[in-house]
Amino acid sequence: METTADTESTVLPKQAVPVENVVAEEKQFLRFSRLNRTLHVIMVVSFMSLALTGMTLKFSYTGWASFLSHLFGGYESAGYIHRFAAVLMVGILVAHITDLVRRKRKEFGSWKALLLGPDSMLFNKKDLYDFIGNIKWFLHKGPRPEYGRWTYWEKFDYFAVFWGISVIGSTGFMLWFPEFFTNFIPGWMLNVATIIHSDEALLAVGFIFTVHFFNTHLRPEKFPMDIVVFTGRMDLEELKLDKPAEYEALVKSGELQKYLVEPYPPIVIRTVRVFGWTALTIGFSIVVWIIYAMLFAYR
Amino acid sequence: MRIARTIRFVAWVVGFIAPAFAQENSDCLMCHGDKAATGKRGGRTISVYVNEKKFGGSIHASLTCVSCHADLTGKEFPHDEELARVDCGTCHSAEQELHAKSLHGKAIKRGDPLAPQCKDCHGTHEIYSVKDSRSQVAPLKVPFLCGKCHQEGTKVMQQRNIHQDHIIENFSESIHGEGLLRKGLIVAPNCASCHTAHSILPHTDPASSIAHKNIAATCAKCHALIESVHRKIIKGELWEKQAHVLPACVDCHQPHKVRKVFYNQGMADADCMRCHENKDLTSSKDGRSLFVRLEEKNSSRHSKTACSQCHSEVNASRVRPCETITKKVDCASCHAEVSQQYAKSMHGQLIAKNDPNGPTCKECHGTHGIKGKLEPISPTFATNIPKLCARCHREGEKAAVRYTGSQHDIIAHYTESIHGKGLMKSGLTVTATCTNCHTAHSVMPKSDSTSSVNRKNVPITCGRCHHGIQEQFEQSIHHVKLGRTDKQLPVCSDCHSAHTIQRTDAQGFKLDIMTKCGRCHEDIAKTYFDTYHGKVSQLGYTKTAKCYDCHGAHDILPISDPKSHLSRENVVATCQKCHEGATRRFAGYLTHATHHDPQKYPFLFWTFWGMTSLLVGTFVLSGVHTLMWLPRALQMRRELKKKEMEPEEQKTPESKDGGTSKRA
Repeated sequence: METTADTESTVLPKQAVPVENVVAEEKQFLRFSRLNRTLHVIMVVSFMSLALTGMTLKFSYTGWASFLSHLFGGYESAGYIHRFAAVLMVGILVAHITDLVRRKRKEFGSWKALLLGPDSMLFNKKDLYDFIGNIKWFLHKGPRPEYGRWTYWEKFDYFAVFWGISVIGSTGFMLWFPEFFTNFIPGWMLNVATIIHSDEALLAVGFIFTVHFFNTHLRPEKFPMDIVVFTGRMDLEELKLDKPAEYEALVKSGELQKYLVEPYPPIVIRTVRVFGWTALTIGFSIVVWIIYAMLFAYR
Repeated sequence: MRIARTIRFVAWVVGFIAPAFAQENSDCLMCHGDKAATGKRGGRTISVYVNEKKFGGSIHASLTCVSCHADLTGKEFPHDEELARVDCGTCHSAEQELHAKSLHGKAIKRGDPLAPQCKDCHGTHEIYSVKDSRSQVAPLKVPFLCGKCHQEGTKVMQQRNIHQDHIIENFSESIHGEGLLRKGLIVAPNCASCHTAHSILPHTDPASSIAHKNIAATCAKCHALIESVHRKIIKGELWEKQAHVLPACVDCHQPHKVRKVFYNQGMADADCMRCHENKDLTSSKDGRSLFVRLEEKNSSRHSKTACSQCHSEVNASRVRPCETITKKVDCASCHAEVSQQYAKSMHGQLIAKNDPNGPTCKECHGTHGIKGKLEPISPTFATNIPKLCARCHREGEKAAVRYTGSQHDIIAHYTESIHGKGLMKSGLTVTATCTNCHTAHSVMPKSDSTSSVNRKNVPITCGRCHHGIQEQFEQSIHHVKLGRTDKQLPVCSDCHSAHTIQRTDAQGFKLDIMTKCGRCHEDIAKTYFDTYHGKVSQLGYTKTAKCYDCHGAHDILPISDPKSHLSRENVVATCQKCHEGATRRFAGYLTHATHHDPQKYPFLFWTFWGMTSLLVGTFVLSGVHTLMWLPRALQMRRELKKKEMEPEEQKTPESKDGGTSKRA
């Protein structure tokens, strides 16, 4: 479950470079592996598609919904897109778990090492202290906690996806194959499944497009956006500032230079920014639309 | 002469033979002279009394009883009770032959119990000469005799197919009836004068005295010189020679109704055309053109009608025969029935009030060039009717201006409707046009209970074409027969509209129907929109189940009815129309579910509130977290910016506290 930067042999420097020789502008810290970056991009596309097509049904009483539904080529093709994106999403889950199994074998040797190691995604005592410390920091009662590789809100987001995929996914399958599922469950369970599917989706969409956007992309110090999840790279300065504990640990173990890579050329950065902006725009539009629907058109 | 000779011969034979058998009338009267004498026929006791005095005065006085009751010849008295029917044909064979071929005779042959026998008209023992005023068939009595069967209320008129009505009333008021019955002119025609006494045949029978080609000859029996009188209207000799081309008497002088009207002296059309063929002829009153194209009239429905038949009151003896005309053309003089209908209609009522907007016959039918409604050039031909009605009913025109109801732009809407497209674009003359629904001559506002478009009549009106639908609808809960509500039940137009009727497979109709049903079934429509079918429909798609897909369209029944599409027996099959693999459990899906009703749908209610709590809880916690973070994050940003401005050497990674404890 832990995701230290996967060894990215193609971009890693052939020779180890001493830390002191590293010029911040030239080398960047590799935070996310290529697979994880790819999975996140696919997830963005899949999630946006699911949200847009799904919301058309949930808020079918708004003009927006009708417009979008027609934009997707009608409710049937919107449905195809929705189910295709859902399959992608499940694929992401499968790919991620497969990756974990692989890395358990190759890098950790046992589940215990993976799950309870210092860079684990599981919540641990430090997260509790970080959380309390952070609240104190909010209230000017203490310094900003020295976060390690994963902050507690990142871990929360990570597990929210597991919860979301299982709840929305399972009810989604019931609604996808109602004839099959009613061999086992009564018909009114489909109504229950609809409510769970749709409200959990609303929660996911609402959370991702507000809290997650803020936490990881839109925080004023990162404004307008943090593209680390797409490029996988961040400045060393930023690492020192944001995740001091991780930086310290890497310096101590002397592994830091292993994660220093060449930055991407500006064209890649621009492309990533365009993609990011698109996702942000769609996300915020959906939020505005949901708020409009809930406040002014709710039935 | 032959009859008389036969009678004389029979009398002679009887007189000769009778004494031999001693069957004198007096022998018969020994028993039958007794007023109390009774006998049996067909199990019934009947009087067999014969009034000797009356028989003695009858035309058959000189005959013996057995000459008619021939089966008693040579029998011992007293005789058997059941006698054979007297056969008048023994003597009156010619009459019997005619009678046998007539309507009456054929009816007897068929065994019709209402068919008249000889005695029904002539009597039995008291038969007098036709010239004898005591005779039942004397001219003055004939109308009463025929009237026994042929007046209103008799079995014959009710149970047999008689095409004329009020025969005796009409006759008694006609010029013939008046002559006969009021003035006592026995030469005035009675029933038998036209229909003959024994050879009564329907007018469709070419041998009938009242057949179209024979009628002139029949009338001419009395009106011998009628040709010369009618010279100007009917061209003399053609009248009889080519009866099929020319009108028969009855075409103008209706049978039985022949009024005491003074039919104006015949005017030939040519007489009128002397002036009216002049193109510059105008009215001295209002200057309108009085030019008439005779060819127009002659190619019209009235080609066989003379000018003076419509423009009555002309006086042929004047130089200007039309100067005696005081009234406008009254179509009612021929088209009486339709005129009566029309007078009751909204249009007719306006005319009666002298309202200038009231359309007269000619507004729709035209004047000299009147065509039948089956002729495509007629303004009353199906495809022309919308244009015709539009002359007044198009928005802005005189009828539309005074109309206060809810239907607007009716012509434009109709043209776009399925009926209008069928008629105008597809050219289907059987498609409903204005008159099919509103009628041609009985147009009434829908508020009037006699109107064809009144709520209670709408299903019948539509059913005239859509009969199968009407039958289904009459079996549905929406029809008054089954509907159990004090609210107004829907009729065709409530769902299909009146003038904007669409194809029911058109997208607009399919989507609109939900609001139509929702007008009455408000709650159930609302909850429909909470489920998948409703939501997709709301987005503007027609492919998911709409009200009628599950409930049926015209055959809607309550779910409790076993015939309902949604009854326990039928519901799975109804789901299977779209969901092939549907099972009974599948049919348990709540298509009208709402999560706002804890009593009816507790599972949905609590699921919804459970999910909502989760959602609200998550957002409150993360929202508070984020909002608390925001000011600190902004501060952090300011400090970072400031640091960038500082000299290079000071920009070290040593600030462990994230720069937050340093204050500017």
